[in-house]
Amino acid sequence: MKYGKQNTGASIPRRTVLKSGAALIGSAAFGFPLLGNAQSDPIKIGHLTPMTGFLGALGDYAVMGIRLAAEQINAGGGLLGRKLEVISEDSVNPQVASSKAQRMIERDRVMALMGEISSASALAISQVAARNKILFLNTGARSDTLRGKDCNRYTFHIDIPVTVMVNAAGEALARDGLIKGKKIYALTADYLFGHDLSAAVRKFVKAHDGTIIGDELVATDVTDFSPYLLKIRQARPDVVACNLAGNQVTNFVKQYAEFGLQYPIAGFNLNTADAWAAGAGNLSGIWPTVWHHKLRTPGSEAFVAEFTKKYNKIPENHAWIEYISLRILAQAITETKSTDTDKLIAYLESGAQFDILKARKAYFRPWDHQLMQEAYPFTVMPPDQVKGPQDFLVFGDPVPAPDQSLEVLAPPKSENTCVM
Amino acid sequence: MEFVFFLEQAVNGLVLGGYYLLLALGLSLIFSVGGIVNLAHGAFYAIGAYVSLEVMRHLGFGGSIVITPVLVALLGILFERFLLRRFYTADPILSLLVTFALAMVVEQAIRMIWGASPLPSTMPAAFKGSVAIGDFLFSRYRLFILLVVLLVMTGIWLLLHKTPFGRVIRAGVQKPDMVAALGIRLQPYMTAIVMLGVATAALGGVLFGPIAVVHPAMGSEIMTVAFVVVIIGGLGSFWGVVLAAMLVGVVRGITIYFESAAGEASMYVLMFLVLMFRPRGLLGKRIERFE
Repeated sequence: MKYGKQNTGASIPRRTVLKSGAALIGSAAFGFPLLGNAQSDPIKIGHLTPMTGFLGALGDYAVMGIRLAAEQINAGGGLLGRKLEVISEDSVNPQVASSKAQRMIERDRVMALMGEISSASALAISQVAARNKILFLNTGARSDTLRGKDCNRYTFHIDIPVTVMVNAAGEALARDGLIKGKKIYALTADYLFGHDLSAAVRKFVKAHDGTIIGDELVATDVTDFSPYLLKIRQARPDVVACNLAGNQVTNFVKQYAEFGLQYPIAGFNLNTADAWAAGAGNLSGIWPTVWHHKLRTPGSEAFVAEFTKKYNKIPENHAWIEYISLRILAQAITETKSTDTDKLIAYLESGAQFDILKARKAYFRPWDHQLMQEAYPFTVMPPDQVKGPQDFLVFGDPVPAPDQSLEVLAPPKSENTCVM
Repeated sequence: MEFVFFLEQAVNGLVLGGYYLLLALGLSLIFSVGGIVNLAHGAFYAIGAYVSLEVMRHLGFGGSIVITPVLVALLGILFERFLLRRFYTADPILSLLVTFALAMVVEQAIRMIWGASPLPSTMPAAFKGSVAIGDFLFSRYRLFILLVVLLVMTGIWLLLHKTPFGRVIRAGVQKPDMVAALGIRLQPYMTAIVMLGVATAALGGVLFGPIAVVHPAMGSEIMTVAFVVVIIGGLGSFWGVVLAAMLVGVVRGITIYFESAAGEASMYVLMFLVLMFRPRGLLGKRIERFE
């Protein structure tokens, strides 16, 4: 029987239905603007960050952080006597991020772009910024290449780069004897950021006499890690290196605990929100962070109090970074009494100091536009000491130590290919 | 030794296939009987995971496995009565749009009720860890999931093949006009099928919540794989979906064993090959309805 022929009439509409279904699922990826509406002559900032997808939970914190900063600035009279208006939108993916950035410049006439967590989208926006000669503050994307071979004059980077994260956690790991002479098995997020992180980890491990015995690329939409966990166990490593990102990290640590694997985890990228989502009892290992809510500085304590009052939740590192980034831009505008891109760049490159709510003030390196600041390693409390669902992390002392230069963990000029 | 590793991945793929089956079967049921592609299927999975967190607080994990799917099935009544029922005979694009919209509304509603940040969820301590059976390592919790899936599937199979209820459903899939001519109203049966479909999705959310990230967009994450399984299995076939779920799980595991970066692409290649050589899916039946 030739079922194909008989079936033609029946099967095509059904398949068309399924196809349209798939197309609809695809279009779900597009986000919608959160804020909008022009007023008379405000200073406009275009803010792009992922609000959906595997980084969406972090982007949500970023939006809350920047809103708080904008409210405080406007409550204090705005900037140069003008109101500050932040237009936040979901950046979705590099293509959408790029077209939204272009649209914000052309239609909304923003004076600067800010935001991002995804390194791939940040790269796309930074190219749009350079083409249009407009300032872009890359707040949360950490890939080294953004401040290396892909750097440009119009883009400044706030978050610590991959190399600093690896060095910050790596020093702690090396001290615990988890690198030298050890076999390390890595899982790497399969996009720009993960590849960069993997390269930095390889370099660090090699320099400290360890061996990478496996490195698995994991797609960003993976939710089931069981085949990877079996591969890890089959390889019997001494340490598992986690070069994953966003929800991936949470999925991975939960399923690692589920399978009860005992190899220590060397994590190089974990945001506080992802750590909370993993839950006490699931998370283990040593990780780096750029900021944490238990930092005992007057600035951080005030920020945590204000944020908690407004949103009824504790801020995490992406809320903080968006908050201080807008304040850095505000300081530049106030000091130069201008919204002119060239003047702002000159000010940011001048070595001006910024209060970023940490013990030490921060400044941009003029040649790669990277903000120099402290970072912190953290670990997890033993199960019997856990105090609450968001209170099970133990944060270490800042690195670099107070008597060291802020630049010791960052890639030196000799290793950085950035040419503006 | 190498072969054992290979086999271990294949066996693990079967376990994972059980979970895929749970996600895909409801989608397939509602499509086979009602002719509606339910793009909101993932939303019920997400609702299951979130409601489960609330139920667990009062009734524990065991209570949640039973109560949560029942609660979501009740939502399924409203879903069928007020939305789906209007679209059985309408242009299929309308039901696609309405269920797609519902998926977005649910995702945003979850964001408004529970917040955008992922919620911590954890399994009972007794399930943590793994057991080695022979050379193979199994997560204790996944063996438990597999057991639940087997029970549920056996139940659904018996319901569809050994009860008067199932006879009407199967007749309705093949010859709805004939069923109507015999004086049987299919609508109450359809309500029951939708309840069953969304309850299995919710059960998936309850079971997978403790080992995945519970976040508002979790529903759309599982839609793709559920679709792929339904298409590979063939519409209207119980065993087709079972076979396809296992196949997708095993092929993914084996692909990751050889080349991890290709893991997620493997199911699409599989779908492509199946559709090339067997356009109606592995065990798809000819259905002369809804054209």
